[in-house]
Amino acid sequence: MRADGPAIVVSDIRKSYGDLRAVDGVSFTVAEGEFFGLLGPNGAGKSTTLEIIEGLRKPDSGSVRILGESPWPRNPALLPKMGVQLQASSFFERLTSKEQLQTFGSLYGVSRAAAVDMLELVGLTDKADVQENNLSGGQRQRLSIACALAHDPEIVFLDEPTAALDPQARRNLWDVLRAIQARGKTIVYTTHHLDEAEILCDRVAVVDKGRVMAMGAPAWLVRKLDAQTQVIVEHGTVTVEIARNLPGADKVIDDGVSVIIATNDAGLTIKALGELDALNKAQVRTATLEDVFLHLTGRAYRE
Amino acid sequence: MNAFTSLSVAMFKASIRDKAALFFTFMFPLMFLVVFALLSGVKLASNVEIAVVGDSRVVAALQNSEGVNIQRIKESSSAIDMLRDGKVAAIVVSQGDTIDVRYANGDRAETGPALAKISDAIASANLGAGTTPPKYAVRQKPIEETAFEPIQYLTPGILSWGVSTAAVFSSALTLVAWRRKQVLRRIQLAPIGRGSVLSSRLLLSVVIALLQAVLFVAVATLPVFGLKLSNQWWLAIPLLILGTLAFFSVGMLLGAICKTEDSVTGAANLVVLPMALLAGSFFPIDKAPDWVKLITNALPLRHMNEGMLDVLVRGKGFDALVLPGSVLIGFTLVVSAIAAVSFRWEDK
Ligand SMILES: Nc1ncnc2c1ncn2[C@@H]1O[C@H](COP(=O)(O)OP(=O)(O)OP(=O)(O)O)[C@@H](O)[C@H]1O
Ligand SMILES: [Mg+2]
Repeated sequence: MRADGPAIVVSDIRKSYGDLRAVDGVSFTVAEGEFFGLLGPNGAGKSTTLEIIEGLRKPDSGSVRILGESPWPRNPALLPKMGVQLQASSFFERLTSKEQLQTFGSLYGVSRAAAVDMLELVGLTDKADVQENNLSGGQRQRLSIACALAHDPEIVFLDEPTAALDPQARRNLWDVLRAIQARGKTIVYTTHHLDEAEILCDRVAVVDKGRVMAMGAPAWLVRKLDAQTQVIVEHGTVTVEIARNLPGADKVIDDGVSVIIATNDAGLTIKALGELDALNKAQVRTATLEDVFLHLTGRAYRE
Repeated sequence: MNAFTSLSVAMFKASIRDKAALFFTFMFPLMFLVVFALLSGVKLASNVEIAVVGDSRVVAALQNSEGVNIQRIKESSSAIDMLRDGKVAAIVVSQGDTIDVRYANGDRAETGPALAKISDAIASANLGAGTTPPKYAVRQKPIEETAFEPIQYLTPGILSWGVSTAAVFSSALTLVAWRRKQVLRRIQLAPIGRGSVLSSRLLLSVVIALLQAVLFVAVATLPVFGLKLSNQWWLAIPLLILGTLAFFSVGMLLGAICKTEDSVTGAANLVVLPMALLAGSFFPIDKAPDWVKLITNALPLRHMNEGMLDVLVRGKGFDALVLPGSVLIGFTLVVSAIAAVSFRWEDK
């Protein structure tokens, strides 16, 4: 085996389509076993970046190393170590879940039984004999992930696995993704959901217009932002006047339902509110990756 | 199972689950076969057609008999052609006192009634002449070559057409669907040779072609239709495989060029239908103008047709495979080379 280097090293890759710089100098490193997220709005260049890393596209410049090897040109030695889920799910026509897995598995020389085991991981055992086109969107998404895992790859690339899922299905899928990570896989995934990335990822790269705007652990990015915390109390518990004079408090808004206090020192503000006995049904809203994104791009994050 | 077998199995399953495609592959050509065979067996007019060459009392008597249409022909050779093509049921050549009656030695339905009408006419002519021995001496002789029953040329023709249609459509549609559904990209990401993918798909087409042949021939040999296979029928197998290869490559080319299933279906129809008509799959084109024949000879389906006819029905040997075989191989090489150049893994 290889010495323990990083799983993936991406150095300054660029890709243009005509005048459009889809990927404009992206660099990052993913350690083995890490859960790495690429996030950004539509057209940010997430899929293109992923496809360059997977070896599906040739970058105009820059280089990629996966487990020390280059994925381009097509590198058959590397292919079995990577599992890929493409953004639009790709399936053979008119095959059942089980047959899809067996067929994809066979492309990698995996036994039929081993391939079918993946159904259990993604919770589709009861849908084994259902044809792919009769699955629900979420089930198809999970099957697509199972197909990427059929050959037990070391590194898994998932392009928006949770897109278009209802909140319940999304949370189910999170469990699947965590289970995959627990198996020691390196995961690189893209998402639109900043909240989700915050929960799942060890590290994220926020991408916009083909560039990495910020990179690091979600909590670190949020803390680095040094953003204000919002303390929200019920309307009527304190007046705007009082609230504004609380220690740490900055801006205060009373929208008729609640009083929203933006504070630079949540601890002090909450303590003072407690002394006023005004903490009934209070909520605290800290900064999120969304705020980081807003801060970085100067525009609100909208999917 | 290795990738090749497993892919073949997957594609086989997918194709038997596609009911519409199954219908167009197996039932549709079979319907054509049955309908054409029945239509050609139905005599719309109950009159028997008889060609006559020369003139005599016999011809006059024939002209007066009920239920007979006579066609006066100058040359006996062209009358024989008409007989071979099934346009007339028998020929009467009268030269002086000699009457030559020619008929097809196959078991055509109309031969019996025609011969009966002719002998009636001869009897009445002899009666009218009133001489002993009878004035007119009759020589009856079947023409040497068996004239084809319609089913004999319909079966090879419709088989070739059915095989070519299935090979073009299924391969073109698979390629387009796989590109659109990104299966091609996933295959690119798997450590599997492109040859295995291509050959497993090709195997499926060959299997389908052989199944079509078995089905169509089985139905055509039913007593109702009465196809008689030559002893060399098995020579059709290499021809079927070569034909499948040729039309598979056409499908690959269309699939490489077209982006959507709809457009590739249209394109395939545009290629296959005129080709089937011009190649004489449904009816013989011997009578077509020369310029049509010229086009026809450039069509691979035409050569497949002819080859099929030769080995399935005419009983010709291996030699009959040389021309169609080389045409089909040459065609395959050229078309698949163009297809390989036009091939795309994904839509740009
Ligand atoms: N093959 C292509 N030809 C031309 N332009 C392309 C091509 N592929 C992508 N692009 C453009 O490159 C940009 C980045 O696309 P990409 O698919 O990487 O975005 P993304 O971040 O994955 O977006 P999404 O969240 O919508 O999936 C987009 O503006 C897109 O229109
Ligand atoms: Mg994308």
